[in-house]
Amino acid sequence: MNSALLVNIFRFVLLLATQIIVFNNMNFFGFISPFPYVLFIILYPVNGNKSGLLLASFLLGLIMDMFSNSGGIHATACLALAYFRPFLFKFSFGLSYEYQTVKLNDVLTPERFSFILLSVVIHHLVLFILEAFQFSFFWDILLRTVLSTVFTIIICIIIIYLIKPNKR
Amino acid sequence: MQQIFNFIFKNSNRLLFLLLLGISLALTIQSHSFHRSKIISSANFLSGGVYEKVNNINEYLNLRTQNDALALENANLKSLLFNKKDTTQIKKLDSLKGVKPSDIIVSKVIHNSYNVYENYLTLNSGQLQGVKPDMGVINSLGIVGIVDNTSAHYATVISILNKKSLINAKIKKSDHFGSLTWDGKSTGYVQLIDVPRLATIRKGDTIVTGGQSVIFPENINIGTIERIYTDEETHYYKIEVKLFNDMTNLGHVYIIKSKNREELINLEKREKDE
Repeated sequence: MNSALLVNIFRFVLLLATQIIVFNNMNFFGFISPFPYVLFIILYPVNGNKSGLLLASFLLGLIMDMFSNSGGIHATACLALAYFRPFLFKFSFGLSYEYQTVKLNDVLTPERFSFILLSVVIHHLVLFILEAFQFSFFWDILLRTVLSTVFTIIICIIIIYLIKPNKR
Repeated sequence: MQQIFNFIFKNSNRLLFLLLLGISLALTIQSHSFHRSKIISSANFLSGGVYEKVNNINEYLNLRTQNDALALENANLKSLLFNKKDTTQIKKLDSLKGVKPSDIIVSKVIHNSYNVYENYLTLNSGQLQGVKPDMGVINSLGIVGIVDNTSAHYATVISILNKKSLINAKIKKSDHFGSLTWDGKSTGYVQLIDVPRLATIRKGDTIVTGGQSVIFPENINIGTIERIYTDEETHYYKIEVKLFNDMTNLGHVYIIKSKNREELINLEKREKDE
């Protein structure tokens, strides 16, 4: 229990640091930027404290906003993802997900991939809609969402494979 | 009473979500509104400090280009100095010409963003160096932005690549005024809108800052005219301006502290109160 908390705090700090120092400076074609820091919300324990997750993701987004001068868009996007996470679990892993031990940081199966894909799409869609804040940018928002989602997922999967716990 | 408590306990997650969503949406909306009252900005000691550390490392990687830029600027200033006596000479492109009644604070960009619709820069000088909101920021090539928020050691700047940015500018040749905005598309181009149809403009003409604002002195370089349209609704010219500055690569910048700024602001405030 306690070690899970420590692992989560460690993950929170490490993902934020790499996001701010490395990934925020990545710019493919000038407008596509990956946001692998959402991995914190994706990898949060399935049966963990739900209000804890909401508060932690709000804080995560708020710190991102502070570093990128964007008001509250990251906070809103993270919060939306954290709130809809249980529904995504139900969608991807079936109704009885809470009784199984769903481990996300393991070999990529279609269920896990669909969960990561949906999570990243929700986060990015909210993020880019709030960032543009205008309907005239509709196609631009969609394009940014799709392309950034692809890059974020590729980097997320690479990170998951890199930090995968050793086989028992 | 019991039922109210039951309701709160049962829906604690949903209520917490709604509360936090309300806070974050409020922050988002106030960040999009023009009037600055930004609570979450990178001009604080945590993010400013981190950006400064990261920038210290990055600086080594482009020392050469920075040196070249500084040497070029020195050469320009030297040529100004040597040619000073000859006042009949044709005016040269120099960004520092209109800066007479102002002080200049040297500063460094420690964080630069250019890939979203509302871009901000972070500078490594703040209130202790005399930086205040609404001061203009330029570099040797042209304008960069306007100071937005300050803390003791850091300041954030609304870049000209920001949908909210609105700067008074004019065509150097004919003195016709317009407003400089950005449509969020390309980092090399900004738009000059509301230029009257009377103006005779040609591709390649220089755009400089106008004298109508207290923020920038007159005649600071912005860019050259790339394309000219007529706005369908307002029937004014809309001009695509190619920036002199490469906004994706900024090093040292100058913050302009206009000497009669306070006086002008006070005067305008008094006008409004009456």
